[in-house]
Amino acid sequence: MIRAEHISKSFGDRRVLTDISAVFEPGKTNLIIGKSGSGKTVFLKCLVGLLDVDEGEIYYNDVPFTRLDFRGKKELRQKMGMLFQGSALFDSMTVEENVRFPLDMFTGMSYPEKLDRVNFCLDRVNIVNSNRLFPSELSGGMKKRVAIARAIALKPRFLFCDEPNSGLDPKTSIVIDELIREITVELNMTTIVNTHDMNSVMENGEKIIFIEEGEKCWEGNRNEILKSDCSKLNDFVFANSLARQLKDSSK
Amino acid sequence: MFRFLSGFGSYWMLLGRVFAKPEKHSMYYRQTMKELVSLGLRSIGIVTIISFFMGAVITLQTAYNTENPIYPTYLIGLGARDSIILEFSSTIVALILAGKVGSNIASEIGTMRVTEQIDALELMGINSASYIILPKVVATVIFNPFLTLISIITGIIGGWIVGTSAGVITSQDYIYGIQYAFIPYYITYSLIKTVFFAFIISTVSAHQGYHVEGGSLEVGRASTKAVVYSSVTILLFNVILTQLLLS
Repeated sequence: MIRAEHISKSFGDRRVLTDISAVFEPGKTNLIIGKSGSGKTVFLKCLVGLLDVDEGEIYYNDVPFTRLDFRGKKELRQKMGMLFQGSALFDSMTVEENVRFPLDMFTGMSYPEKLDRVNFCLDRVNIVNSNRLFPSELSGGMKKRVAIARAIALKPRFLFCDEPNSGLDPKTSIVIDELIREITVELNMTTIVNTHDMNSVMENGEKIIFIEEGEKCWEGNRNEILKSDCSKLNDFVFANSLARQLKDSSK
Repeated sequence: MFRFLSGFGSYWMLLGRVFAKPEKHSMYYRQTMKELVSLGLRSIGIVTIISFFMGAVITLQTAYNTENPIYPTYLIGLGARDSIILEFSSTIVALILAGKVGSNIASEIGTMRVTEQIDALELMGINSASYIILPKVVATVIFNPFLTLISIITGIIGGWIVGTSAGVITSQDYIYGIQYAFIPYYITYSLIKTVFFAFIISTVSAHQGYHVEGGSLEVGRASTKAVVYSSVTILLFNVILTQLLLS
């Protein structure tokens, strides 16, 4: 479980996050939704410690992450996996080397053991016969899946995904969403996904937090989102004409 | 002034992270070997070509500027040798490498920054500064002295071939000249300067790349800044080291 309490963050004079509190539960796909520039990515980067918070506390299973020293954070980070918006695969490494990288760095496994684990992870994300390819030779969807394989190589307890569907076609987006949901349940991870893709929200939204201009405006799940009376959330959810038509027809 | 001090401070803070204890030595060793090939071996070609022609030009210019019966012609060889060893093969080659290796380092690290590869390393609990930059520093500091030696040899050979072909000096005079009053310490001086310059090129360029914010435009700017800042720092240290080592 991850618990964020009263998180605030500014860049110079610009306040990006204001007093955000939330609890993210294990075995569930927790979503952070909001418009572009609403502060979702900054919040996610604060949660994983890539940005320091100005105020507030973040707890990982009651361990106060924000108060840990470098060594403590380093140990905890080995239990985290992250899927970045642009996949963030290492350009100079092959698919196999990318997935093997955390195993090389943090385990004393033998090469055959590491190879077994790499192949298991790649197989799990449906990447076959691509071990020797470089990231530049992969499609957007394949890159995301390899990045997921790398993120789960060390069997993490916490998975973070920053806009996993950005730049993908609707069908591939659904594949990625399903994969994230299945892996979350399989490994009983606490998964947090940043998205503004309503398809993902309706498919994966077991717990949803809506952020608008750096403030948490709404919290609920996919069943509650369509019935919300939060005007800002409704502006976001029913931004396109198809969604508005669906809402009108359901009345 | 504030920007300069802030940049200077962040440079030293970055160095503090770069020289922290490596996490897994075998991974660093592997990275260093890759960098030796990428930054060292792949620079041999350009260093050889430039050194050959510069050695040739230095010999020709020395010959045309010392056309006087008072001067023995073997002094052309001596002048070319000392110019190449003392200044050309260390400083000028370092400036050329600041362009090639420095821009390569800044753009590679800058691209890693804007594509979140550095964030990915940090998230895994890896000291990204050390993992990415230290192998580059070690590779350039180890390999650049070899490039300097290659440059010295190629430059002198270039001077000999072109000088004799152009008829400005005989082969015997040139060979006598390059052996005449030879001071071995000049080689040591040149190599010491090269080690300092290699450190400057790799760390200044890495600092520019590591702190890129934005996109491809900023990566390009960082690459240009890396070349400019390392070149200016090299020239500054050239004066300081020359005064310290030759006075």
